[in-house]
Amino acid sequence: MSLLEPDLDSVVRLPRQSARRRVSDRAFLIVLIISFGLALAGLVALLWYVFDTGLPAFGPRLWRRFPSLNPAISGARSAVFGTLWVLAVTAVLAVPIGIGAAVYLEEFAPADKWYTRWIALNIQNLAGVPSIVYGILGLAFIARGPIDLGPVVLTGGIILALLVLPIVIIASREAIRAVPESLRHGSFALGATRLQTARRQVLPAAVPGIATGVILALSRAIGEAAPLIMIGAFTYVPFNPTGLDSKFTVLPIQIFDWIGRPQEGFTQLAAAACILLLVILLVMNAIAIWLRNRYEQRW
Amino acid sequence: MARTTMLRRYATGIFALGLLLAACGEDVTSTGGDSSKLSGSISVDGSSTVGPLTAAAAELFQVDNPNVKITVGTSGTGGGFVKLCSGEIDMEDASRPIEKDDETEAPACKANGIAYEEIQIANDGISLVTNKDNEWAKCLTTAQLKKIWAPDSKVTNWKQVDSTFPDEKLTLFGAGTSSGTFDFFTKAVNGEEGSSRSDYNATEDDNVTVQGVSGDKGALGYFGLSYYEANKDKLNVVAVDDGDGCVSPSTATVQNGDYSPLARPLFIYPSVALLDRPEGLAFVEFYVKNSENIALETLFVPLTEAQLQTSLAAVQKPVASGTTTKS
Repeated sequence: MSLLEPDLDSVVRLPRQSARRRVSDRAFLIVLIISFGLALAGLVALLWYVFDTGLPAFGPRLWRRFPSLNPAISGARSAVFGTLWVLAVTAVLAVPIGIGAAVYLEEFAPADKWYTRWIALNIQNLAGVPSIVYGILGLAFIARGPIDLGPVVLTGGIILALLVLPIVIIASREAIRAVPESLRHGSFALGATRLQTARRQVLPAAVPGIATGVILALSRAIGEAAPLIMIGAFTYVPFNPTGLDSKFTVLPIQIFDWIGRPQEGFTQLAAAACILLLVILLVMNAIAIWLRNRYEQRW
Repeated sequence: MARTTMLRRYATGIFALGLLLAACGEDVTSTGGDSSKLSGSISVDGSSTVGPLTAAAAELFQVDNPNVKITVGTSGTGGGFVKLCSGEIDMEDASRPIEKDDETEAPACKANGIAYEEIQIANDGISLVTNKDNEWAKCLTTAQLKKIWAPDSKVTNWKQVDSTFPDEKLTLFGAGTSSGTFDFFTKAVNGEEGSSRSDYNATEDDNVTVQGVSGDKGALGYFGLSYYEANKDKLNVVAVDDGDGCVSPSTATVQNGDYSPLARPLFIYPSVALLDRPEGLAFVEFYVKNSENIALETLFVPLTEAQLQTSLAAVQKPVASGTTTKS
């Protein structure tokens, strides 16, 4: 009987509370659905416009032909390859450095010291810095100034790597923090060092979360035009990059250029290039998800 | 260890991707015959208005000269001059003459020992258009234009522009903010680049303006002169009074600058060092000689015969390195 008493109490109280609760519950749900609907409507409208305008112009010529003054035969070959090159450099730089920084901050840095907190805070602030600021930094220090690389693939890759590093670090830290403490304790108990524990237990367990962060970071990098225009990436490039010291252009810059042209054909081309950019992005994500799933099974 | 293999596989994947890109990058880009011996690379930057002209010239030039790699950037006339005068680029696209007093332009070139030539390559004119049924706005003064297009403008009716105009709703069409036409129009009408009211139908596609204006009795729109000429039968054109009487836009009034303030010359500024290189001289010469076709293809107003001769002379005259011809 004593076990039933609290239950009875709550049953008696329930209708009174739930009347109010139900209203606020429902109101909250409606707000959520409206928010979701607005976000979805925006996305659908954007996609509809892009596909409606761009599909007629979409075709292999986009990645087979170089840009031309005639929209009917123009393509974006140099921009497609420029994008892939710059993105590869970005990934090679940002992924190891970002994961390394995250592992240090989570596994090695003294969590109670002011400087650790200060660094972590600054990384979070950096994630919110507008991309054009990275462009100015890149122009002053990497394209010109002390490093003086010029507006080449490597410069573009470095700028985008700097731009997305905070995202990689923050996401990787979250993923590493989500690894259960018992795993580390178990590893220590078996005599593993901190390095061994981080490398063989924590990092593999955190890979799915890290991979998600990397996808988000590269997805941001692929759509950037402003910082690359800032460092002096070109608009019309009639050849593919041949190395890290090649001049280049990327799809967002090409799209921006076409959008500004008065001929109708270029508007369609710009939309078609947007579709291509989306496809590249989805393929990249698919590869990352496939890698992640494969990896999860192995562990 | 499984994860070591995994890491190795990841690294191999990245490496393979790099090789793949490198392999693709080495694709031979030429399609035409390799008859020309010219090779080298020419980098051009500057005005986004002139950019399409230079890109068109580069495309046509490379048909016969596939080994000359020409790149065109569009970081703006001001940004381009900075790059020209610091020696970063070989040629500048400019929608206005170089500033003699601006520290970052002519004086910077002089300080860095960069000599250049000023060569006019085309003319640019913006036409204001109204509906065919618009009987009243045959000519607008620059003050009236400013009143209509100022950033804080509250003008929504033709009567507010001029009390003699009928009580007709004013609908505005114009260029989108990323176009060179927008920069030019706002600078000419409101005195500051990019300064404009924003409650108008902004579009980069001039056909939208043609359709919008031809379907609305009270509409006023603007775009490049070539678009009016292609749609003469559907639209009325507005003359502009800059204090010296009404001038209608036409190829002639844009070329001689009478159609003020909405006409301007477009320039290229090759460095003398570029003109000293065989491929550089060949390209700039080709550009000027074909400027009429290029201007028509890219919807600008070509040079007059006299302007063409002046430009050709500027390219071909023997130049002494280290001196600017314009000082």
